Amino acid sequence: MRLDATAALALKALSRNKMRSLLTTLGVVIGVSSVIMMQAMGEGATALVSNEISSLGSNMLIVLPGGESKGPFGGGLRGAVPFTRGDVEAIGRECTAVRRAAAVSSTVIRAVVGERNRSTSLMGITPEFFDVRGWHSASGRDLDGEDLRQASKACVIGQTVATDLYGGQDPVGAELRLHDLSCKVVGLMAAKGVSTFGQDQDDFVLLPHTTFARRIAGDEHVGTIMVSAVSEARTDEAKAQIESLLRQRRRIRGGEEDDFNVRDMREIQRVLGTVTGVLTTLLASVAAISLVVGGIGIMNIMLVSVTERTREIGIRLAIGAQARDILQQFLVEAVVLAAAGGALGVLLGVLGALAVAEAFHLPFRVPIFASAIAFAVSVTIGVVFGVFPARKAARLKPIEALRFE
Amino acid sequence: MSDAGQTPTRAPLLSLRGVTKVFGAGEAAFAALKGIDLDIFPGEFVAILGASGSGKSTCMNILGCLDTPTSGRYQIEGVEVGSLSEDVLARLRNERFGFVFQGFNLLRRTSAQENVELPLIYAGVSRRDRDLRAREALASVGLAGRERALPNELSGGQQQRVAIARALVNRPAVLLADEPTGNLDSRTGREIMALITQLNRELGLTIVMVTHDRDIAAHAARHVVFLDGEISSDGQRPEAAA
Ligand SMILES: Nc1ncnc2c1ncn2[C@@H]1O[C@H](COP(=O)(O)OP(=O)(O)OP(=O)(O)O)[C@@H](O)[C@H]1O
Ligand SMILES: [Mg+2]
Repeated sequence: MRLDATAALALKALSRNKMRSLLTTLGVVIGVSSVIMMQAMGEGATALVSNEISSLGSNMLIVLPGGESKGPFGGGLRGAVPFTRGDVEAIGRECTAVRRAAAVSSTVIRAVVGERNRSTSLMGITPEFFDVRGWHSASGRDLDGEDLRQASKACVIGQTVATDLYGGQDPVGAELRLHDLSCKVVGLMAAKGVSTFGQDQDDFVLLPHTTFARRIAGDEHVGTIMVSAVSEARTDEAKAQIESLLRQRRRIRGGEEDDFNVRDMREIQRVLGTVTGVLTTLLASVAAISLVVGGIGIMNIMLVSVTERTREIGIRLAIGAQARDILQQFLVEAVVLAAAGGALGVLLGVLGALAVAEAFHLPFRVPIFASAIAFAVSVTIGVVFGVFPARKAARLKPIEALRFE
Repeated sequence: MSDAGQTPTRAPLLSLRGVTKVFGAGEAAFAALKGIDLDIFPGEFVAILGASGSGKSTCMNILGCLDTPTSGRYQIEGVEVGSLSEDVLARLRNERFGFVFQGFNLLRRTSAQENVELPLIYAGVSRRDRDLRAREALASVGLAGRERALPNELSGGQQQRVAIARALVNRPAVLLADEPTGNLDSRTGREIMALITQLNRELGLTIVMVTHDRDIAAHAARHVVFLDGEISSDGQRPEAAA
């Protein structure tokens, strides 16, 4: 029998049991659509994160206390010796591949203006911060070396804090209270908006690090050092210089591991890549499992179908069907079932990915490659799980099949 | 062509020798055929008679390559059937034999036309020829205009005629018919018998037909009577045929 005749036959058989066919193929639909959705969303998120990171400046380095072995983001600050402003100055002074180094310490605090108050992130910084980040006040001025030396009660605030605490008014020159510290707003930072991770990047107050140390933290510790290398090409060199300088200053002996961590943006990107990779693998295995479950569903219903249609098989054999005609008939039916599920899954997956991309403002691209793969996999599933029932049908003896009740 | 049954000197088309068929095993074993010798010659019209349960259908199934004997030999044109592969047997069923079952065995929810086209599909006949030949076959059994009807929309007699059309559509050499007129009124029965007799006379179609009806059997030149799994009589009836 020719393939087109068999395919027509399969479609007819399946359309006789529309509801059953739909339910049978649901496993494949869900498997395929989740593969497509995850793939599309993963790609969108990765693209966005890379954009974000390159906007931070690809020549930026971040120095964190704590050893390499303590987690991908250099966590495990416990027990790690904090940095000092002396370390920061030494890096800026002695490392030739470093353009600027800034100290950053931070905490969360309640900022109060008259009746209004807002919980915000407070950062004590050295003036190099503005250059390292390439980010400056939009009105008023940045904090400068004089502020740092005198530990002046001056602050620069982000747009969100300004809007929330001063309404529409220009905050520059106004007062702001942080606990018992009353300081003057000298600058308003340019707006940055919301980050990839949904974080408001304009919700902060900047103080000179000296003021922060004396009036807020109560110690001179530096939490993070932000460094910009002379150029992107020299980030590796800058990293090596910082490492050897800090080992020396922190008296780490030859064989000992670093108790700090220098990360560049490419590395952070890599880490993020690994995280999304792990997530993707996880979701892919979930999808694979649901595809296998879907395949078993198809096998199950095909076995039922073979039993139900034993007499039909007997009649076909009696009037001249060969075993391979019967095999082909049931195999094509299983494949058509799986392929229809795959096609429906691709459609739903693409629509779902589009909806999610809309909702989270992620970039969207039609995942052509993933769709093709997912479709091919579902056809394969149809073949793999259709073979057993089809062989069972093809092995029947004509007279036994005809007698079957 | 010369009258059927008048030339038994030719080599047999179908030949059974000492064929037995045992169903079940051990205590429950039941011998439905107990050593059958039967030769069918080309162009013959043979009626098989016998009481219910005497083994007629069992014998027909073996002749039509639907079932295999427990022991004994079955040859088609001198070729041992036991030596043939499943695929060759399928081809024989498709091209050489037309089988009309005791129950009609039409495909459910499948139109008369499609039922009749089935053997042609497996024979690889093109869609256009299939359509044409199935229409012709249906018309020849008096069902022109009912092509689209489903089996459950047809009367028992009409279903039987669809089954006959299906058996004849691929122009087989042998028609094996298990009570083809059992469900027909006597007038339709006569029409079908006239058709079958005509095919036998004009095209030399070899016919083996099971029937309980002596009037129907009168169309056949040779009567083979089954009794408890054995052949109790086998004889030419030269006075037969209208
Ligand atoms: N598959 C089977 N399993 C067990 N016994 C069977 C089977 N097929 C037939 N028989 C038995 O074999 C005997 C012959 O059956 P068969 O169908 O050949 O009879 P028949 O002559 O065609 O009868 P009828 O005129 O009623 O159609 C019966 O006793 C029947 O019970
Ligand atoms: Mg019978």
